[in-house]
Amino acid sequence: MTGKIEILAPGPFATVQDLGRPGYAAVGVGRSGAADRGSLKLANRLVGNPETHAALEVTLGGLRLRVSEHTVVAVTGAQLPIRAGGRAAAVGAPIVLRPGDELELGVASLGLRSYLAVRGGLDVPPVLGARATDTLGKLGPPVLAAGMSLPIGSVVQRSPCVDLAPLRRLAEEPLLRLEPGPRLDWFTPSALSTLLTGAYTVTSDLDRVGVRLDGPALTRARVGELAPEAAVPGALQVPPSGVPILFLADHPVTGGYPVAAVVDEDDLDLAAQLRPGQRVRFTFPKLAASD
Amino acid sequence: MSQPSTVLRYGRSALLVEVDDVLGFQAACEAAQPEGVVELVPAARTLLVRFDRTSTDSATLARSLASLSTVDVSERSADTVTLQVRYDGADLADVAEAIGLSVSEVVQRHSAATYVAAFCGFAPGFAYLTGLDPVLHLPRRSTPRTRVPAGAVAIAGEYSAIYPHPSPGGWNLLGHSDAQVWDVGREQPNLLVPGTRVRFEAIR
Repeated sequence: MTGKIEILAPGPFATVQDLGRPGYAAVGVGRSGAADRGSLKLANRLVGNPETHAALEVTLGGLRLRVSEHTVVAVTGAQLPIRAGGRAAAVGAPIVLRPGDELELGVASLGLRSYLAVRGGLDVPPVLGARATDTLGKLGPPVLAAGMSLPIGSVVQRSPCVDLAPLRRLAEEPLLRLEPGPRLDWFTPSALSTLLTGAYTVTSDLDRVGVRLDGPALTRARVGELAPEAAVPGALQVPPSGVPILFLADHPVTGGYPVAAVVDEDDLDLAAQLRPGQRVRFTFPKLAASD
Repeated sequence: MSQPSTVLRYGRSALLVEVDDVLGFQAACEAAQPEGVVELVPAARTLLVRFDRTSTDSATLARSLASLSTVDVSERSADTVTLQVRYDGADLADVAEAIGLSVSEVVQRHSAATYVAAFCGFAPGFAYLTGLDPVLHLPRRSTPRTRVPAGAVAIAGEYSAIYPHPSPGGWNLLGHSDAQVWDVGREQPNLLVPGTRVRFEAIR
């Protein structure tokens, strides 16, 4: 018999996420899935799940849940206090829960998104092969609300003999690597240096679709409209205001504004941890010769 | 037959190919199956080619793509979907007035054409249909509606479309169809996959 978790309070915003549904972009469905994929995979590994299992993605902490039976959970991603069954627990470590135990995430002090994996994964019904909530495409499980109950699955791997995963501390002022975007030539030659030297601030206009930044505007060299074209996560799309929007997991499949630069996909997990008010800097490493 | 005009880098795992005949170039990619390609995403003037960077690199893949020639897909026996439309849209009269035709002429011109689903975006199942009568090319409404009903048949610019879900939208509404263009319960949830031919049949 498998158990369930009961959501007592979801915090500001929480969803079920896995690694998403790749391969449907041509029919208008984006990949979606965890915004910080590395943290989702780690949370799964810590409880002995396949990395692809569904877990909770919690924004800014504040989530409370109760488990129906003995299980192991792990929380990764943002830095926040955790209480489990009335005791303090740590980010990045397996946490054993007894039937009826409550788990409570405090407010995130660094980073934005936490991933809470349960041994066995969350066995909500898949849609187009994934258990991810696509907030833009309105696909997958509903956004979490108090009173919801989520079934725990039974597919597991051997329990890992790990007490604590070493985690890189999130930076106060993250540095994201860029490379030129496909439409950089729609902007004046100073656009890249504006991006690299400008101090950009993360606004509160931020969700799983993207992050609206505040900072120096890029100047267009070409006027006119761009015909819609496909986008990738990490794209810095530049609307008429000139100030870029950074696309995250639920970005539109096709977009109509030129993309001036792209955040390196290896830095997308860091980008998903940007929080409102935080400053972010960009760097432009030389392209590797093999690339 | 034509070749891609430009192959642009788009991050470390994708290339963006500018080509006149997007669906023809997509067909060429599908036939050639260059090493490492994982997904093709057509849009208005471009094809996004996503690849697995553990099995190829962008320079190698760009060279293979640049050497491909488009395949003529216009004569392909693609599926034709006929959708019944009740032309009762909220913008029908405004559209007729804007182009100086009667409402029945607008309906006649919109339902006479054969469309091709060129690409999707905006929302799951939202297909941009090319083939709209140039007389009907109009800009979007200056103020988008906060809610367009599912099934709304609409036009904007050079495209026509059907809204698969209730959503905000700025397109000009000509009518509505009861056809289920999107259903996640179907094996192919989207009725209007790129390449599908579409006809509209006016009903009363």
